[in-house]
Amino acid sequence: MKFIDEYRDPEVAATIIAEIHKTVTRPWVIMEICGGQTHAIVRNGIDQVLPKEIELVHGPGCPVCVTPLELIDKAIAIARMPDIIFTSFGDMLRVPGSEKDLFIAKSEGADVRIVYSPLEAVKIARENPEKQVVFFAVGFETTAPGNAMAVLQADREHLDNFSILASHVLVPPAINAILSSPENRVQGFLAAGHVCAVMGWEEYEPLAQKYKVPMVPTGFEPIDILEGILMVTKMLEAGTYEVQNQYKRIVHRQGNPAAQKAMFTVFEIIDRTWRGIGEIPASGLQVKDNFATFDAEKKFEVSGINTKESEKCLSGRILQGLIKPGQCPVFGNDCTPEHPLGATMVSSEGACAAYYSYQRTR
Amino acid sequence: MPIINHQRVQLSHGSGGRMSAELIDKLFLPRFGNPILNRLEDQATLDIGPGRLAFTTDSFVVDPIFFPGGDIGDLAINGTVNDIAVSGAKPLFLSAAFILEEGLPMLDLHRILVSMEIAAKNAGVVIVTGDTKVVNIGSCDKIFINTTGIGMIPEGTMISAASLKPGDAIIVSGTLGDHGMAIMTSRKGLSFQSRILSDTAPLNHLVDAMLAVSKNIHALRDPTRGGVAATLNEWAKASNLGIVIDEEKIPVREEVRAACEILGIDPLYVANEGKLVAAVPEEWAERIISSMKSHPQGKNSAIIGRVVEDHRGMVTIRTALRVERIVDMPLGEQLPRIC
Repeated sequence: MKFIDEYRDPEVAATIIAEIHKTVTRPWVIMEICGGQTHAIVRNGIDQVLPKEIELVHGPGCPVCVTPLELIDKAIAIARMPDIIFTSFGDMLRVPGSEKDLFIAKSEGADVRIVYSPLEAVKIARENPEKQVVFFAVGFETTAPGNAMAVLQADREHLDNFSILASHVLVPPAINAILSSPENRVQGFLAAGHVCAVMGWEEYEPLAQKYKVPMVPTGFEPIDILEGILMVTKMLEAGTYEVQNQYKRIVHRQGNPAAQKAMFTVFEIIDRTWRGIGEIPASGLQVKDNFATFDAEKKFEVSGINTKESEKCLSGRILQGLIKPGQCPVFGNDCTPEHPLGATMVSSEGACAAYYSYQRTR
Repeated sequence: MPIINHQRVQLSHGSGGRMSAELIDKLFLPRFGNPILNRLEDQATLDIGPGRLAFTTDSFVVDPIFFPGGDIGDLAINGTVNDIAVSGAKPLFLSAAFILEEGLPMLDLHRILVSMEIAAKNAGVVIVTGDTKVVNIGSCDKIFINTTGIGMIPEGTMISAASLKPGDAIIVSGTLGDHGMAIMTSRKGLSFQSRILSDTAPLNHLVDAMLAVSKNIHALRDPTRGGVAATLNEWAKASNLGIVIDEEKIPVREEVRAACEILGIDPLYVANEGKLVAAVPEEWAERIISSMKSHPQGKNSAIIGRVVEDHRGMVTIRTALRVERIVDMPLGEQLPRIC
């Protein structure tokens, strides 16, 4: 498969692995920020072929994992209201709220539908004028432009029965929060390729300079990730700390201006709570006031939500790279994909789910 | 084509009266008629001879009912034929029970019945009994079909998930994931078109070809829902042995791989409807594979792994980076990811 197979070639991989081994002289802690990369690492066994000096820790870049519990409870409450069609990407349906998930709400009669794109939700709104159609707009900078396009499309068509429940978060403020923490161990970053495809990598440069931490926007194939690790390692060993781009075939310094324009036409930056981590200043997006009719949080009054997180779940520490899934006392016993205590175990991009699915023997 | 006096299925078609009789006479019997069914008794009386009986039932509720490469009709025949065939039995007789939603276009029903007729002929089975119910609009989704099958297992054939032995070769009969991705990419709402066709097909002739090489096949399964990953996990648990497969040896069509990449789904977990997985003794593996490759249903057969004594009850995969990781039992529906 063109543009895939060449990034999975075992011989090319072996050459890069050998070079990483040659380069490393001291222990380093490198964080991949994105859940997609976490899964690629664990699934392909990349962590097993690295020199023991390189420790990979997993960042908060799983949109499902960091969506606040309160918002999931709100989503379920809205989905259960009469005459609502609640639409969502598939992987949000299994995420546990305080009492239930969207799958359970669906089995109890709520009209919950899986869609593959926000524009499909707009289409459902167009075809069902007697119903209110809500789309669960979750994700990082990657999905925000598409979700903004859906709002703009609904606005053009004057669809007053469409709205989004927005739970968008931004990567750079999260990196800033991790690096500024007194507990921080992270010395280098693999930045998320898809996020940088939209936003570019200019905004990472002040962070790399401020914290003296090399950052490399990296793709998702095994060879991308190995190259990203090699580039970070070389900078760490040399004592340099700039942003170097591994994902050149997709990512440009300025990102995608058209996508950014759509995004900031509809959304504005706000302080946001991240599930398991807490509030991070200027780290989220909310629908601007002039598009308020498309904001499900404003449109549907939801009250009386009492969120309750599991006391045993250490998702928050895992999402900040402070511990690894296997170090959590409930991992694999009280907390499994069948009975998850937190979102990192249930999301298809969560670090706990990755370790459970691919490596729980070790 | 006026196949029947009504263009759509009506509740009266399930009443047991004249309209039900019309449905049977004009639609069902011309397709499925045979001396046993034509008696139109409340039961079929069957002469099945000596040997062990293989008996199975399955319900088909697929959405959409017509998809690239097949429809709910051939699926309902092949699915049950294959469940019989993977016991090593010769499939003989099927029942077919229909739950029809009022309003179903008669032409759609006709098209499905023709598919069933052709599929039964290809598999060499006859439909000997059946039932039709019509339910109110909204009480079912267009058409549900249940098929039950009976086959005979010849003496000396003992195929079972618990019979795996260390060293056994794990074989798949062709490319994986075609059916599941054909369904998924033809569902309303997915914004890309693909040329992926379902692999729905009967496997009994392929199984015959394999058994002609050696009766000593340890396990056989058609990896439908849950895909090959689910089948191998069940085998590993049932036999209390480990299974190791090799990522690079797993045959997957280019288009299927691409669609799986886009949706974030692993082809190992995707349903197949015309493929089988086999565990065969090492010494027979090459000869069985070569016999499979000369059969149309098995031309892309491949040995994808081995049964081992390590990590009992678990399946692992050797990745392209030459490390092993777990292939877990699938959990629920395969859900496309956010990004």
